[in-house]
Amino acid sequence: MSNTLRPYLNAVRQTLTAAMCLENFSSQVAERHNKPEVEARASKEVLLNPLVISRNDKEKVLIETSVNSLRVSIAIKQADEIERILAHKFTRFLMQRAESFVILRRKPIEGYDISFLITNAHTEQMYKHKLVDFIIQFMEEVDKEISEMKLSLNARARIVSESYLSQFN
Amino acid sequence: MSELPVINEFGQGPITCHAFNKDRTELAVCFNTNVVHIFRKNGNSWDVQWTLVEHDKPVTSIDWAANSNRIVTCSQDRNAYVWTLDPQIQQWKPTLVLLRINRAATFVRWSPEEDKFAVASGARCISICYFEEDNDWWVGKHIKKPIRSTVLSLDWHPNNVLLAAGSADMKARVFSAFIKGVDKKPAPSPWGEKLPFGTLCGEFSNGTGGWIHSVGFSPDGDALAFTGHDSTLTVVYPGTGSIQSIRAPSLPYLSLLWLNSTQLVAGGHDCAPHLFEANGQQWAFAASLDQATKKVEVGQSARDTFRRMDSRGQSSGSNDTELATQHQNTINSIRAYEGTRDNVSKFSSSSIDGRLIIWSTANITKGIANLRI
Repeated sequence: MSNTLRPYLNAVRQTLTAAMCLENFSSQVAERHNKPEVEARASKEVLLNPLVISRNDKEKVLIETSVNSLRVSIAIKQADEIERILAHKFTRFLMQRAESFVILRRKPIEGYDISFLITNAHTEQMYKHKLVDFIIQFMEEVDKEISEMKLSLNARARIVSESYLSQFN
Repeated sequence: MSELPVINEFGQGPITCHAFNKDRTELAVCFNTNVVHIFRKNGNSWDVQWTLVEHDKPVTSIDWAANSNRIVTCSQDRNAYVWTLDPQIQQWKPTLVLLRINRAATFVRWSPEEDKFAVASGARCISICYFEEDNDWWVGKHIKKPIRSTVLSLDWHPNNVLLAAGSADMKARVFSAFIKGVDKKPAPSPWGEKLPFGTLCGEFSNGTGGWIHSVGFSPDGDALAFTGHDSTLTVVYPGTGSIQSIRAPSLPYLSLLWLNSTQLVAGGHDCAPHLFEANGQQWAFAASLDQATKKVEVGQSARDTFRRMDSRGQSSGSNDTELATQHQNTINSIRAYEGTRDNVSKFSSSSIDGRLIIWSTANITKGIANLRI
């Protein structure tokens, strides 16, 4: 882990732990409804201040909290065109399968690559600290995954071009 | 430590609320559903005796009137029911309460005299319900002003008239719930002398702001404690006008209980009940009642390690899944179990992990004495 990654992930972890204090809260606006307030945005007093933790101008995390739900949006590092395409394909692949990831949101928040929506139902079913661990682990893995994909893409391109050019020998 | 906490594990899902009967042989629990289960104690285990099915949304709060043996439940379906046990057929009979609210009911508590109860709701009001003999039903009178958001918790003053309410608009308030014909004129207290229905006797905030999750009057009723989402516990003495906010060393508290006039426990997202103590009117955090001892790993053979690596792809024994505390998830309700209001000797806490733990305060004092050496 590089020197700046550790404090960055630590800050995200602490913030998520504090943000994941959710409770069952039924809607004040619609009768007999119970919606994630961070999505519904119907009553102002149950929303907390959103928080951005950024490592540099490209990598950042937005954490929005409310009384019964919390939304975590992650901007993944994209240094060049290839990484941008890879990150896009990768997050798209995940988000199309959002149901099996339980806490994944089907669409990211504008300006971010991937968003998670955690509600009080999730914190009731699962250990809160493991949910935090999951997101931190995801953030660790996703960079690794993308740079690995980039390496294998480059390697493949090299093999392809070699075998193509060998015809002209 | 002679008396360890007694853990009752139901394993039927998160416990949202619980209430014991007078002699603590029966227990009403809601497992985050629309059904209330009543268990009867059988040795060390609990057997389901009755299930109360009348609500159609999750039940948010239960209270059991000790002396009159009546249960009141309220739910997100906007209704509250008073349940009475029919002695002939041994079945609980529901009576619908006319709450006249149009949002979820969030919290319910019987008054100390058990002749009325208060229902908090998301309709930005509190319904004070009492039995009307003429019409033979429970009717509610509303306290509306100046509540601006969902009321999250309530507590009755021992004089049966004053009511504290904590709400999501970041204020804890004290109201008069005096009902003509039900209540006698209360004796003057630091909260005020003339108390017609709906009088606002005090409005407090915890300074930094945060939803008020829990409120509680001291045993004599002359002080009010409340906990907020900013992880503070605030104690207010209206007699001297002192307001003291204590920052908790952990995540916010969802429930609090006065053990006596100088000690109170609060529990919440940190999964352990914390003890606060007063020196005069100066409150301070004393200790966590859950000593959070790491479970000792026994008999970890090389074979187990390899098997774990093989089956789960984990190289080290993953014992970080389970928390070191007795409760594994948020504590959402702490209630007195044994003793009187001014000297609680045992209390029960229920949590989202489906456990209900009975703690003894006898070993608290002993444990703290040990800590102080």
